[in-house]
Amino acid sequence: MTRHALPSRISYAECTARERLDQVFDEDSFHEWLPPAQRVTSPHLAQLGVPVSFDDGVAIGRARLDGRDVFVAAQEGAFMGGGVGEIHGAKLVGLLRRALRDRPEAVLLLAESGGVRLHEANAGLIAVSEVMRALLDVRAAGIPVIVLIGGAYGCFGGMGIVARCADHIVMSDVGRLAMSGPEVIEASHGVEEFDSRDRALVWRTTGGKHRYLMGDCDQLVDDDVAEFRAAAIRALSAARAMTLAALEAEHALLAKRLRDAQGATDAIALWQRIGIEKSNSVPELNASQVRALRPGQEVAR
Amino acid sequence: MSTPTPGLETLDFEFPGSKSAGSFAPILVGVVGSGNLEVLLEPAQAAACRFHVQTSARGFGAIWEAVLRDFQQRHDLAAVQVSINDMGATPAVVSLRLSQAAAEIPGMKP
Repeated sequence: MTRHALPSRISYAECTARERLDQVFDEDSFHEWLPPAQRVTSPHLAQLGVPVSFDDGVAIGRARLDGRDVFVAAQEGAFMGGGVGEIHGAKLVGLLRRALRDRPEAVLLLAESGGVRLHEANAGLIAVSEVMRALLDVRAAGIPVIVLIGGAYGCFGGMGIVARCADHIVMSDVGRLAMSGPEVIEASHGVEEFDSRDRALVWRTTGGKHRYLMGDCDQLVDDDVAEFRAAAIRALSAARAMTLAALEAEHALLAKRLRDAQGATDAIALWQRIGIEKSNSVPELNASQVRALRPGQEVAR
Repeated sequence: MSTPTPGLETLDFEFPGSKSAGSFAPILVGVVGSGNLEVLLEPAQAAACRFHVQTSARGFGAIWEAVLRDFQQRHDLAAVQVSINDMGATPAVVSLRLSQAAAEIPGMKP
């Protein structure tokens, strides 16, 4: 527990889920529910000859953030790509429902997931839909839900939708957020449509900078646990109203984006169309330089 | 050539030890990722150090026994239950994770 003595940056992407909980929240404040020793593990994986994890790839509990009581969940991308199985999903749902009862100041999801864990098929799909419903219930009760995305495995599939259901998203440039992952698009539409091995293409289509410029994420930070912590603290007051007007405004924004994107074959062309200057150079910029391209937007969604 | 049976292999070992870890909060290190493993240490009633391993790599029981015996020779733990979920970690990675876990037992500096 020598966090404050460490002189250099700690990469959020390189941390495990549990290391992120230690680094982002107040020191030693994380109290876990259903910890590993309780062995609440997947009933499906063993039947398939796949090892289970003692926490089914997600740690849930309460913690403090800048002295304030919050509920937290952290997904471990290295276990089955952060895939949401039956137990994993049930833990997220339980956390969100408990938030309705106990009313913490916010719920924070440290998301890192490829979406539904395909080994668990329907159970995983149902779990993800239950997570979405529970998340929206928490928001409707006036408790903000904040998502942090900066893991190497990104946030895709059902968890990508869950993230976009939240009040506020913080991303690093390393983080990725989308529905179908690069390999999925290539497999279904061909390499001419999307070359999943072109890393630059993958990041400018799904990465944090693109999401920030398009308005899909609210704060863009460098890959640093201290920056994620500071952004999470700023986000505590970022609840968005769940109203018909807000929904219609979002639909209008999406319709405009569809028009802007007509005929544009690459994110760079899209950035140009929405008025980003020198859009060719965006991939070389750091987080603060990209923030400067979208002034006045911080926390203001 | 015979095809190995698919599925997990479960291995149990028990080695005597003399340094009782006493009571401590469960310790988890590592992640069940490709070529990696998680190690859970818990206090146990029995005097010995017990190991319970679930691994996706079948047929390496003798190597597990050698790696765990070597760990126990170095740490001499007593009254500890070690539970492992493994996804094909090499012996060197297993040894490192075990040492990492043992280093987190309060008052048990190796």
